[in-house]
Amino acid sequence: MSKALRFGAALLAALVILAPLYWMVVVAFSSRRELLGGDLRVWPRQFTLENVERVFSSFPVVAWFGNSLAISLVVALLSVTTSLLAGYAFAHLRFRGSNALFFVALGTLVLPIQVIMVSLFRIVTGLGLYGTYWAVILPTAASAFGLFLARQFLLGIPRELVEAARLDGAGHLRVFRSVVLPLSKPLVAVLFFMSLLQSWNDFAWPLIALRDNALYTLPIGLLYLQGQFGSDYGATMAFALVNVVPMVVVFLVFQRYFVAGLTRSGIR
Amino acid sequence: MREVRRRPRGEALAAYGFIAPNVALLGLFVLVPLVGAFVVSLQRTDGFGDGEFVGLANYGRLVTDPVFWRALATTAGFTVVVTAASMALGLAMAVLLNSVLPARGLFRSVLILPMAVSGVATALIGVLVFDQNNGILDKLLGAVGLPEVNWQSEPVPAFATIVLVTIWWRTGFNMLIYLAGLQGIGPDLHEAARLDGANGWQRFRNVTLPLLGPSSYFLVVLNVIYSFQVFDIVFVLTGGGPQGATNVLVTYAYDTGFVTRDQGYAAAIGMVLLLLAVVFAVVQWRASRTRDLVE
Repeated sequence: MSKALRFGAALLAALVILAPLYWMVVVAFSSRRELLGGDLRVWPRQFTLENVERVFSSFPVVAWFGNSLAISLVVALLSVTTSLLAGYAFAHLRFRGSNALFFVALGTLVLPIQVIMVSLFRIVTGLGLYGTYWAVILPTAASAFGLFLARQFLLGIPRELVEAARLDGAGHLRVFRSVVLPLSKPLVAVLFFMSLLQSWNDFAWPLIALRDNALYTLPIGLLYLQGQFGSDYGATMAFALVNVVPMVVVFLVFQRYFVAGLTRSGIR
Repeated sequence: MREVRRRPRGEALAAYGFIAPNVALLGLFVLVPLVGAFVVSLQRTDGFGDGEFVGLANYGRLVTDPVFWRALATTAGFTVVVTAASMALGLAMAVLLNSVLPARGLFRSVLILPMAVSGVATALIGVLVFDQNNGILDKLLGAVGLPEVNWQSEPVPAFATIVLVTIWWRTGFNMLIYLAGLQGIGPDLHEAARLDGANGWQRFRNVTLPLLGPSSYFLVVLNVIYSFQVFDIVFVLTGGGPQGATNVLVTYAYDTGFVTRDQGYAAAIGMVLLLLAVVFAVVQWRASRTRDLVE
């Protein structure tokens, strides 16, 4: 294939990806009258903030944004911590049952949440978590994928380094803190951004665990708003932007961490 | 050296401490509910108060439930089409971006962008694009002289919308994994094949593709697992309609458990999902024992 042809193909693919996102932005800033007008336009004839204003005045958007931020930050912190600690043990320490435990933990990856949702809901209710952020946070805070990534990465730290520190008399926690942790900065970044992204966009479990309007996260609020406003696409898309834009920015700025995390998982 | 490095019992104790938070969370919020789900699947219950033990009655109902069989078939069809299409497109994009091309980095960033968009927002953009009264796609089709399609009210077009939207959402991920695989293939192999007189297609077919085996294996596993669990897109975009045409097992389980509140039956549907996932995992694992994914 000639270079021009390849460039054309890449351009076409990029257009197919960008067109729906571009359309979302156009609709979010077009007036309702213009959207109902029915003729095809590539940009709004008149840029308007009326959709944004309507959404912010009808729904607690700021509170939902805060819920999403709080929940996904806490999930990311917990997920990084638990994955790093367990990943270190599975990579560098010997203990009975280590293979079996790792296999079971990985096995949870193939489990759709819908398999366990009914009884998970009962457990969460039984623990008195229902109606709080923790109903969403705790069941999603331990990530099997994160554990897998952490173990893969930490296997790359030379055993001799860990052994040497141990011979110098350092305890296991000390070795973890002063030898393993300083070498794991890229891993921490990967785990943090991946769980942040996942939690920010999570839908299936929060849909069940958050029945209280005040606790909604943005994806749940988005669905609720669509239920209220129906085919008012201007409002729906304006609110969708509140959900989409922050993570797209984070994703683009910290792209190399997402890419590193994903490719590391597939390539040995 | 072995005797010198005698492992004190402290190491195992420390290890249990390190894994405790992770294992406790996974145990309490995944494994215990899994056992619970099996117990619930043997009951008739609406989720309020105690259930009534009914043995295997829920599983018996599954056998004669046409909605279940249809959802199973839809799930299988969706999985096959989405896995094949997003892998093929991902590979094509990866090959393209692995060649000499202006603005390669920019193209890569654009193609993986949908990964940052939530499933709900993706589905709502889908609703907007495929709206059959006022949607942009039907207008575009009309503008170039093609007939408009009833994306929402006809079964086959509705199924096509969830497939197309999912492919839009997932292809970037497939491309990324393939791109990493391609970058691990040294240029000398292609050079050798070229000297042997292999043309571009032959080099792709006989050098590139076999060397991408591990990436392909990994992607088949992940795509099948993800397609099996497709929920956000279907739930928001079509709600399983029209007339159940896009109802998949996970949306059927959700509706049964939390809308009609037939929770015992929902748990039984979940058990079938689990069984399918386990069977798939075991088959894949046996097929690739030589190619150990976990290292």
